Amino acid sequence: MAGGKEIRTQIKSIKNTQKITRAMQMVAASKMRKSQQRMLSARPYAEKIRTVISHLAHAHTEYRPPALMDRPVVKKVGYIVISTDRGLCGGLNSNLFKAAVQSMREWQAQGVESELCTVGTKATVFFRRLGLKILGSSVQLGDNPRVEDLVGSVKVMFDRFSEGEIDRVYLVHNVFVNTMTQEPRIEVLAPVTARVEKVNAPHRWDYLYEPDAPALLDSLLVRYVESLVYQGLVENVACEMAARMIAMKSATDNAGELINEMQLVYNKARQAAITQELTEIVAGAAAV
Amino acid sequence: MAMTLHVDIVSAEKQIFSGTAEMVIATAEEGELGILPRHNQMLARLKPGQVRVKLQYGEEQVFYVSGGMLEVQPHVVTVLADTAERAADLDEAMALESKRRAEEALASRTDEISLARAQAELLEAIAQLQAIEKLRKVRKV
Repeated sequence: MAGGKEIRTQIKSIKNTQKITRAMQMVAASKMRKSQQRMLSARPYAEKIRTVISHLAHAHTEYRPPALMDRPVVKKVGYIVISTDRGLCGGLNSNLFKAAVQSMREWQAQGVESELCTVGTKATVFFRRLGLKILGSSVQLGDNPRVEDLVGSVKVMFDRFSEGEIDRVYLVHNVFVNTMTQEPRIEVLAPVTARVEKVNAPHRWDYLYEPDAPALLDSLLVRYVESLVYQGLVENVACEMAARMIAMKSATDNAGELINEMQLVYNKARQAAITQELTEIVAGAAAV
Repeated sequence: MAMTLHVDIVSAEKQIFSGTAEMVIATAEEGELGILPRHNQMLARLKPGQVRVKLQYGEEQVFYVSGGMLEVQPHVVTVLADTAERAADLDEAMALESKRRAEEALASRTDEISLARAQAELLEAIAQLQAIEKLRKVRKV
């Protein structure tokens, strides 16, 4: 039985791997449903705060927060990159990083430096290896992230923006198109004007403020940016689960194919060994 | 017909209330605010406390928010509730924490993070495998 035993142990080890990938596929499928739910339930807040911000852009306020003002000259850009904490989810993270790096290169070609804030372990590890300047990071957020987890990282970025160190802030995350497709997307977070379309208001009006306008508008904008980042994060979690489910499904299928092929080889080898033994016996008997 | 307001109360994680009301009473930083229909446009910061919504026909609903923002348009009131208590120094602490994590990640030369993650994943997969194995045995019996 030449090679028979080796093939058998190999088949066994592939079967074990297949069990793991199948288990991971099923876990990802159930988590995906939950994370999609979460993605949908986070939407009303994002919609409402967007409405408020667009009202604000139309109002003739006594104080214009710096985050609402466009900056024509860009000297430095900031990126908030949202990635997953864990791997084994296909090309999800690497596609995202590719998009981010390309955008950074484009700025670099114009002599503009980039600074980063990473959310998720994978992004932290990847950009550290590239040797880029990481200002802040949030890791190990789990499958059910909370807004509080992001407050720190957003504040680091936004402070730099308010100080005038950074002139534009981008958010890089995956968009959930459907279970099969996830697309990397780069959005402008600040200045906020870049997202709000201008409409001519019928008459001039301003809000009443309680307490005072600057404090209020600044904290409103911070919440707006946080809600965008949070929305991006929950969407990214849904993407992660979908991508992992697909990746693990194809891994399970591949393992199945491999096992079939090897089973065939094993059977042939076994048969050949039996035949050989038989001919030996027959030949032995004939010789006597 | 009595005049009404449309009220939306949302937090970052979910929608809390949406509907028509006659009056909204919220706890702003400088005291309680009662908002009736056709109120002037207003923005206010809320402190942790109640938001009471007086529905039509005399009903009342009470919500607790841990701070947030209130926007008033003549016929629409939007409450953007925070999910946790927020304070400037608390935000500052979180920002410092975020920076510290970034520096820590930069400082560690070896790939400790990915190694730890891989181990955790492996353990999880093994646990799941064991659970499946157990399930199979139970079914067979």
